[in-house]
Amino acid sequence: MKIRNLTIAFGLLFLAACQTQQSGEGMEPTTDTAQQTQDSGMAEPIAGGAETTQLGEEQLSARELLEQPDSPLSTRVIYFDFDSARVRDEFLPVLEAHGVFLAENGNVRVRLEGHADERGSREYNIGLGDRRAQSVRQILLFQGASSDQIETISYGEERPAVLGHDESAWSKNRRVEMVYDVQ
Amino acid sequence: MKRILFTTLLPLLLALLGATPARAVITIEITEGVEGAIPVAVVGFDMTQLPVPLKTDLASIITSDLNRSGLFKVLPESEYPQRPSQSRQVQYPLWKASGAEFLVIGRVLPREGGSYDVQFQFLDVLKRKQLLGYRFPVRARSLRATAHEISDLIYEKITGTRGAFNTRIAYISVVGKGKNKKYVLQVADTDGYNPQTILESDEPLMSPAWSPDGASLAYVSFENRRPEVFIQHLASARRSKMAGFKGLNNAPAWSPDGKKLALVLSKDGSPDIYVMDIATRKLRRITRHRAIDTEPVFTPDGKALIFTSDRSGSPQLYRIALSGGRPERLTFEGPYNAAPDVASDGKRLALLYGEQGRYRIAELDLEDSNLTVLTENRLDESPSFAPNGRMVLYATTRGNKGVLYMVSLDGRVQHKLSDQAGDVREPAWGPYKPLRTQ
Repeated sequence: MKIRNLTIAFGLLFLAACQTQQSGEGMEPTTDTAQQTQDSGMAEPIAGGAETTQLGEEQLSARELLEQPDSPLSTRVIYFDFDSARVRDEFLPVLEAHGVFLAENGNVRVRLEGHADERGSREYNIGLGDRRAQSVRQILLFQGASSDQIETISYGEERPAVLGHDESAWSKNRRVEMVYDVQ
Repeated sequence: MKRILFTTLLPLLLALLGATPARAVITIEITEGVEGAIPVAVVGFDMTQLPVPLKTDLASIITSDLNRSGLFKVLPESEYPQRPSQSRQVQYPLWKASGAEFLVIGRVLPREGGSYDVQFQFLDVLKRKQLLGYRFPVRARSLRATAHEISDLIYEKITGTRGAFNTRIAYISVVGKGKNKKYVLQVADTDGYNPQTILESDEPLMSPAWSPDGASLAYVSFENRRPEVFIQHLASARRSKMAGFKGLNNAPAWSPDGKKLALVLSKDGSPDIYVMDIATRKLRRITRHRAIDTEPVFTPDGKALIFTSDRSGSPQLYRIALSGGRPERLTFEGPYNAAPDVASDGKRLALLYGEQGRYRIAELDLEDSNLTVLTENRLDESPSFAPNGRMVLYATTRGNKGVLYMVSLDGRVQHKLSDQAGDVREPAWGPYKPLRTQ
């Protein structure tokens, strides 16, 4: 699990990188900078991709927003690399949208269910699924979601999305599922 | 008692030497018949005194146990020169000519009230003498257990180590598909017979762990849509939730005195290891690290825990004294070492060893740090030592199904457990049963 050479001066990516180091190497993260970035991000939420603009449209209810087929919110499963909890770049805009959505809809709650592929030990995979759910949680919090909106759980390898003993199945099983509870 | 077939091993060893620097990993060729195994004859027990012959074939249960040990090779029945049931009928020269070094004979006699007397004798063919002779009063439902008990006595007579055939195993079985999927916690004999359901749930069950007295199981249940640790008394089916904190409540392991439970909790952040006093439920935090710390198991003296942690960047095994201090890393061979179990002698670990995309069961000698790979599969998991430390039970994948296997450390015999319905995983080998007083 190597930290990629991040050249993008984007707070979100920076935070994700810090997480990778934290989870992968088990070392103390660069807390100060991470915290600063997080704080500044909280105070001034990043209006990142073009997708997020439609989230502000107040005529749509939270449920309707989640049901928009073209919205990044329709992506509710985040996939991961082997033995990694680093959120891949391709999923950052998606999580950003979910984070903003949660921030703007304080009564909406989400349950992050972390999963792992079948390889290796079952209890270690519970830890890995938890770490993946925590990675996603951090990004949602960074976008302004509140911690009492987010529940995390790990199923490890106990609930595979796809059965099979090869990479095509495993890559679908290393995931975090975002399960919304919209009252 | 090492019987490694060097000729078949050599290419494997050379291949491995190229792949791994540092200490060499010995991979043992899987062999069904083991060179050097002791030839034994097990004659079918005489049941002619019974009004109705038993359905339970005691001799075939003993045969299967002895073969499974890897220490013995039971000769085929067709080569038996006679069928004695008592030692005075034995013609030793005939048995010597057949190649048998030891002979197991016996008979079943009726008793009042529908029970039986099982008599058996274990004879040394070369010395022409009886090594063991027992008579067991037995109820019909205990006949299989009695056969395993006989195997235990024979194993002990030859090795000096108590046999572990008359013990039980626990495991998780997944049956049904889709919405009808059920997770079942079961207990069975070590040969897979007599499976009994302990708990059934629509949500995952994990990590069964036997109490040292064999009366209870600790396990993880997701029945409340998150992992929680329970203890269940088997005979009464009474259970209590031991840990339902925020976050993970996982990987329970009993202390040797049965008074404490090691657990993995993430209530204070990342998964860390705690020890709970079962009576007072008082928690003590043992590890404090951002890494995944999991799969604790007590050393037999109860003074330390061995656990899995990826604090170095990949999962490796560590030992931490309960009196305090820093964890000591135990595994250095290969990128993935997890799921430790400690042998009763405290000197060896069974573990899950992963390298080059394969996950296999290995034994680590804690005194010289030698790692021996015991299996030749791709997706093994959950190794569990027999209480005598001479066999390892584990789960692996066959087709699309989890199955349980045992590997003998005496002869490297791999043995698949029979009678398993569903997708079976996470076996845990139970403790010895209390000794029958003779």
